[in-house]
Amino acid sequence: MALPQDPAPKFREYAHPEMIVSTDWVAEHLDDPGLVVAESDEDVLLYETGHIPGAVKLDWHTELNDPVTRDYVDGAGFARLMSAKGIGRDTTLVLYGDKNNWWAAYALWVASLFGHPDVRLMDGGRAKWIAEGRPLSKDEPKRPTADYPVVQRDDQHIRAFKDEVLAHLGQPMIDVRSPGEYSGELLHMPDYPQEGALRGGHIPGATSVPWARAAAADATFKPRAELEAIYRGEAGLAPEDDVVVYCRIGERSSHTWFVLQQLLGFPHVRNYDGSWTEWGNAVRVPITRGDSP
Amino acid sequence: MSPQGVGGATLNPRLQEIADDFRDVPDKDRLQLLLEFSEDLPALPERYAAHRDRMEPVPECQTPLFLAVEVDPDDTVHLFFDAPAESPTTRGFASILHAGLDGLDADEVLATPAEFSGQLGLQDLVSPLRLRGMAAMLARIKRQVRDQRGQAVAG
Repeated sequence: MALPQDPAPKFREYAHPEMIVSTDWVAEHLDDPGLVVAESDEDVLLYETGHIPGAVKLDWHTELNDPVTRDYVDGAGFARLMSAKGIGRDTTLVLYGDKNNWWAAYALWVASLFGHPDVRLMDGGRAKWIAEGRPLSKDEPKRPTADYPVVQRDDQHIRAFKDEVLAHLGQPMIDVRSPGEYSGELLHMPDYPQEGALRGGHIPGATSVPWARAAAADATFKPRAELEAIYRGEAGLAPEDDVVVYCRIGERSSHTWFVLQQLLGFPHVRNYDGSWTEWGNAVRVPITRGDSP
Repeated sequence: MSPQGVGGATLNPRLQEIADDFRDVPDKDRLQLLLEFSEDLPALPERYAAHRDRMEPVPECQTPLFLAVEVDPDDTVHLFFDAPAESPTTRGFASILHAGLDGLDADEVLATPAEFSGQLGLQDLVSPLRLRGMAAMLARIKRQVRDQRGQAVAG
């Protein structure tokens, strides 16, 4: 049984209010059967320093990726992972993490590749929970394992591959990296290859909208009207557009994917997870340098 | 196979002991060990705490990290690090370098192999970018040691 939606007025403005909950809602429902809260951070040690009581850890680096091929886990791997965490197909899965929910949004996007029916983000993530003085625990939760079915990963609808991006050139694209990465002028430190890419710049035609612009100072998502002003007003996107978003490895762009698809309701948004570490190393793909698309 | 065999480089005894500690425990405890290091990073002395501008930023670390290096006239090296509590991995790496290198003499610090972080067995647990951050810290420490010693000789 899915848990109820968070009725907060801010969320009701969003296209998919069922995809987001507040820290209040999590505190209220923490002990409800059918709910698993999972923390997914950029810093792989942060969970161990203290997490929401009962929350499990979901490590993007070691758990969501195939250890050999550059790809996500397959259906069997995802089923094993979810089962071990005590997450069933009918579990309400609430994700949260550090840095404006950057990595939590990435984990949510991967869960969406497997069509997990009820997955939500906790607005404001770890920073807001802590800022509100809510409890943290270092105890490792002991959850009974679940029996998650093997579900085929769907790479068609919300994921884009390099060849698809090549075919998409000329259509709406958002580069969510920092302005320096976008222009290709990011400082190249002596002795250290920058970002693991051989070429700097962006995919021709891509508009620059750094991902964190969608977040307010307290790490929550901005209200719908402000998001519309950024993505529809400034970036000129229309809801019916077929949009591709990308960053360096697809993590920051998962955050923007969430904003466009779940908060603003754009039906066709794909995350190009190969992103700049693939495009900036690929032979003979077009690249634009400078501040303009 | 001895741990020294990995990468073909020899570590100073203190770093070797740290590397052995990491390699002797299972993966899960390895992260716990890194967490303990992060908690043990010494606080900054007043002369840096009040003057962050006297420290060198390490932008390769993904999260803010500052370091300072002092070389005494007798070549003893002192290291100082500053990283926020919400970046325990970066703090852990800084703390390992502090525990392994602080108080050694300049030649011993300079002899530390650049690929030292690879000997901790963390490759499968921590992202490559983070390990590169640790290598960057070490490279900057060595450069500062070289620069300061060069100045002392020239002066």
